[in-house]
Amino acid sequence: MGRITLEKVSKRFGDVEVIPPLDLEIDEGEFVVFVGPSGCGKSTLLRLIAGLEDVTSGKVVIDGEDATRVPPAKRGLAMVFQSYALYPHMTVRKNIAFPMRMAKIPEDEQKRRIEQAAAALNLTDYLDRRPGQLSGGQRQRVAIGRAIVREPAAFLFDEPLSNLDAALRVGMRLEISELHKRLETTMIYVTHDQVEAMTMADKIVVLRAGHIEQVGSPLELYHNPQNVFVAGFIGSPKMNLIEGEEAAKHNAHTIGIRPEHIDVSRDGGGVWSGRVGVAEHLGSDTFFHIHETGLAETITVRAPGEVQFKHGDQIGLTPRADLVHKFDAEGLRIV
Amino acid sequence: MATQHSRSAARLMMAPAVFLLLVWMLVPLSMTLWFSFRRFLPLRGGDQGFVGFENYTRFVSSSSFWPAVQTTLIIVVGILIITVCFGILLSLLLDQPMWGQGIVRILVIAPFFVMPTVSALVWKNMFMDPVNGLLAHLWRFFGADPVVWLSDVPIFSIVMIVSWQWLPFATLILLTAIQSLDSEQLEAAEMDGAPVLKRFWFIILPHLSRAITIVILIQTIFLLSIFAEIFVTTGGAFGTRTLTYLIFQRVLESQNVGLGSAGGVYAIILANIVALFLMRIVGKNLDA
Ligand SMILES: Nc1ncnc2c1ncn2[C@@H]1O[C@H](COP(=O)(O)OP(=O)(O)O)[C@@H](O)[C@H]1O
Ligand SMILES: [Mg+2]
Repeated sequence: MGRITLEKVSKRFGDVEVIPPLDLEIDEGEFVVFVGPSGCGKSTLLRLIAGLEDVTSGKVVIDGEDATRVPPAKRGLAMVFQSYALYPHMTVRKNIAFPMRMAKIPEDEQKRRIEQAAAALNLTDYLDRRPGQLSGGQRQRVAIGRAIVREPAAFLFDEPLSNLDAALRVGMRLEISELHKRLETTMIYVTHDQVEAMTMADKIVVLRAGHIEQVGSPLELYHNPQNVFVAGFIGSPKMNLIEGEEAAKHNAHTIGIRPEHIDVSRDGGGVWSGRVGVAEHLGSDTFFHIHETGLAETITVRAPGEVQFKHGDQIGLTPRADLVHKFDAEGLRIV
Repeated sequence: MATQHSRSAARLMMAPAVFLLLVWMLVPLSMTLWFSFRRFLPLRGGDQGFVGFENYTRFVSSSSFWPAVQTTLIIVVGILIITVCFGILLSLLLDQPMWGQGIVRILVIAPFFVMPTVSALVWKNMFMDPVNGLLAHLWRFFGADPVVWLSDVPIFSIVMIVSWQWLPFATLILLTAIQSLDSEQLEAAEMDGAPVLKRFWFIILPHLSRAITIVILIQTIFLLSIFAEIFVTTGGAFGTRTLTYLIFQRVLESQNVGLGSAGGVYAIILANIVALFLMRIVGKNLDA
């Protein structure tokens, strides 16, 4: 259960084609992340799968059956919304029970599943509160609880962590990953945050303006970005993209080198040189923003540990030759 | 608004308004109270001094008192039910995206701007007239005998007229409430397997409960004092004499200012009881 296939699915709002026809295969039990900048159509794609929007053309196939015309409730999918969409006038217990109540599941079975979900999500003490009396993280868990008790074929998450503060986000990220390992249910997760995508996904789908730019495992995308967009989008800090003369030396239109793949040295000792701008000391790593390299506006370098260069120092940079990515004029990877 | 200085400045600024409102309220209120304890018959001997609670006992022991209370309640409750029910339906309808939405909304709100006297006259002469009214023509078109609205079903007719006037108010408040409903909640309910009617019952209606209470609260306070609609249409005949109308008759038709004032004091107490009762409901709603 939980195999979803999109066949030539497209969506237009009026004259605007938000999703051009696309194909996608989501396997049973997979954790798939849709990632892309804001407004690229991630939510729309998710809502097409959920059935909250009608497809303009194409087919949505769930577990081998054409679900294109099946109403959302009958698709066996559960969705967790960005705003949580809890029912404010119902207690946590009633919120979680709502889908089961609609499905006319017997009372004692409802009770059992609520207890189970509440225990798993640390909500047992809050079952009789209303959503208004809970913190953001707890609301998030109630929303997840409401999804779990339906025992759906797949979970759909639409930027579920974007309303939480940074610390809580890391915690919930782990909890959701943990949940996935435990339930082994297909999950489709939408985010604009590539860190979330990298840390959680089995498979990442990178979207831009409704197009699928690349599909692959996090490390595949990291090591072999198929185009400039994916190269710039995946990885933190961002990959340095260099055009012009330097790229021509590699017989490419654009070359990309990740900050962690550049070695720094005292001036005179590198292939390139530049002046240190802002340095961000994280303890474990240090990020340098290097100016006046003649390559690009800034080159970001990630040096392990604490490296003592000061603002204004002239330093040398050496890219690791085997880790330089090359792209042609269309932005596609040159193999 | 935290410092001592800003607080006293605020008090100073508000003082004229508070003073004006107090005078505005207190002068008529104390005059009503004053007259309610006196025997005052302008055409039959004028002000004849204090009579204690005689006006109060006479007002409630009069044979027209309880029927008037009953009529008032029937009219108010009837209008509340109609305006709230149709208000919800209309606001649901107006919330749908449709062509010419702006114009339709203005049209729906329009009756609220018509003066009560005017609307009552229009209804009486153009719709409910048994000979020339639109409704009479409609009835005849279907081969039925026209209804003599204002004498056959007078209370129903008045409820219709006043509901027509207050429906826009209810619709407007309920519409803004519906628009404030997070659409993701409805989508979540849809995914949770709730069909349209259950979404209405479990999500929309609870969301509207506060707005409905507010509509009921405000309308009750205004509806307890409807007068023009009755004066213009039935003149209090055919059992349409409400408490307000009874007070009017006591003062102007029987020329008994004391008795009317006592009735006025009862009306004030009644309105305050209703207000208090409803305020508590609203308060409870706000806590939730
Ligand atoms: N109901 C709608 N009507 C018209 N345009 C819409 C609608 N929903 C989304 N869009 C447009 O579709 C594009 C993709 O939106 P969305 O899927 O929400 O992006 P994302 O979730 O990736 O930020 C946006 O340009 C947005 O303006
Ligand atoms: Mg979105």
